[in-house]
Amino acid sequence: MAIETTTDNAVKAAPTPKPSRRATLAWPIARRALTGLVTLWCISVIVFVATQAMPGDVAHIILGPGGTADQVAQLNKNLGLDQPLVSQYWDWLTSVLTGDMGNSLVSGQPVSELLSERIFNSATLTVMAMVLILPLSLLVGLLAAVFRDRFLDRTYLGTSLIVTATPDFVLGSLVIALFGTVVFKVLPPVSLLPPGDEPWQHPRQLVMPLAVMTLVGVTYLSRLVRVSFIDVLESEYVQLAIIKGLSMRRILFRHALPNALAPSIPAASIMAAYTIAGSVVIEYLFAYPGIGSALVDAVAGHDLPMIQAIIMLMAAAFFCFNQLADVLGTLNKSR
Amino acid sequence: MIRTRPTEQGDQAPPSNLTRRVLTSRQTRLGLIMLMAMILFAVIGPFLTPHSPTAIIAKPYASPGDGLLLGADSLGRDIVSRILSGGINLTWMGLAATALGVTLGTTIGLVAAFAGGIVETLLMRVVDVLLTFPTIIMAILFISMVGPSRPILVILVAIGLTPGMARVMRGAARPVMRREHVMWARTIGLPSRHILMREVLPSVTSPLMVEIGLRLMWSVVGLASLSFLGFGVQPPASDWGLMVSENKDGLAIQPLAVLIPAACVALFTIGGNLFAEGAARVIARTEGTRK
Repeated sequence: MAIETTTDNAVKAAPTPKPSRRATLAWPIARRALTGLVTLWCISVIVFVATQAMPGDVAHIILGPGGTADQVAQLNKNLGLDQPLVSQYWDWLTSVLTGDMGNSLVSGQPVSELLSERIFNSATLTVMAMVLILPLSLLVGLLAAVFRDRFLDRTYLGTSLIVTATPDFVLGSLVIALFGTVVFKVLPPVSLLPPGDEPWQHPRQLVMPLAVMTLVGVTYLSRLVRVSFIDVLESEYVQLAIIKGLSMRRILFRHALPNALAPSIPAASIMAAYTIAGSVVIEYLFAYPGIGSALVDAVAGHDLPMIQAIIMLMAAAFFCFNQLADVLGTLNKSR
Repeated sequence: MIRTRPTEQGDQAPPSNLTRRVLTSRQTRLGLIMLMAMILFAVIGPFLTPHSPTAIIAKPYASPGDGLLLGADSLGRDIVSRILSGGINLTWMGLAATALGVTLGTTIGLVAAFAGGIVETLLMRVVDVLLTFPTIIMAILFISMVGPSRPILVILVAIGLTPGMARVMRGAARPVMRREHVMWARTIGLPSRHILMREVLPSVTSPLMVEIGLRLMWSVVGLASLSFLGFGVQPPASDWGLMVSENKDGLAIQPLAVLIPAACVALFTIGGNLFAEGAARVIARTEGTRK
């Protein structure tokens, strides 16, 4: 959906007679960067307002119903909640920008320290999933397009309709039941990693979360690949190549692939963005020590600085991938 | 396009009524039947429970027997009763969130397309900002602060649905604004509300119908996922998403306590998607792919 916005920019940029390509692209990208900064700022305000500016509740939430008035006042002072909102926001923003996210209220350790390993674990999982998703989506999308409206394609469309509609936690539970506990007991049902270990030291633990992420990602992306392949296969030059009697393999890989690939690249970026949001459910389901499961723990423990840091981080990453998709879309259109 | 007389619609002349036309597709009918069946199941279920869904009446994960058709869950409660009573909250909250989100989004989209200029730019900028915030993250953020009350959940999910809805409806309404009947209504100075409700809204019912199906699917997915994470309906109340997370540690002993509620959620959302995609296909076929 995020690609829609780029259309306006691309159209505006197009009619200028023969400007250098770089100049045409510089403006939309600069504008995008600027609106991007404003949006990120808006996000920071939303996170701040939602967490700290809520009328007087934070200390109560942290202390629970047993907190006395003295404790509440003391905590408010420690958290800086007795200061005016604007200066609270300013302090918070400057420390976040300098990488200081405060200390966890549960363990007392700096949030940035607690999160660094979690971020690394989540990033590893996401990158591995993307490495699997991209080639698989291409292959599946291509096969479905070539066998369009035949048995293979219909089966694929039906399956993808079902997978798209099924929540991640349902898919995950099914996979665990199938391979972890009930039918075949071949894989560990939870993906706990010993602290300090790299995720790839435990490949068996990663199989099931990766499988679910890949399944969800491939069904989304391959549908777009299929549609863009069908468009290309119906285009005149491919039709001409078929009439000329070129081999199907040559047509597909030399002529159709590069053209069908272009629209899929921004989509891949959008998908990476959604993977971040989806990771909360997947990580919680498999008890994988990433930032998604850290968020669930932080909310359960009313760990305010952790909640703020994780949500800012996720929103920023989600946003960056969306912006990347937009920019790639613009580049694509202006080509 | 719905007002056009059948004679103007070419050779095939599909039924002029949108609902009937959409229901010609087998896929749409199947989706609608699944949706209706799940809603009915969720509504009637609580009256059919053999035991109280919150009463602890057996050992944890007790096997079937002793009047318990499927055995007991992680705390020793009757699984059948919990499944039967676990859909009603999801159903009403999903329907309410969809209705609220669709109404809000359609209003914003239509007003933006109608007003144009600075109002449109401003509204769409706000929509853009909201779109950069994944629904589930935003919901978790606010729930962590104000607690998981059910009306709040409905509102949060509805807000999550609104921006996407506003974008689609603005896109659908923009070409309608240039049609003769709308221009005529504007020229003779009919009130804006009247134009939007009587002239514009009837012309965008096709995308609206598809979107309602899709958004219903998304709101149920979102609510069930939140409930699975522990941020939705709170224990001891019964809820399908919650049941999956409550019983997932006992998956090896009592798999049905996880799989049946999971299947219930899936049937609900798949029904919504079948309906939406079937309707989209019929509409694309009978009206041409106008985006």
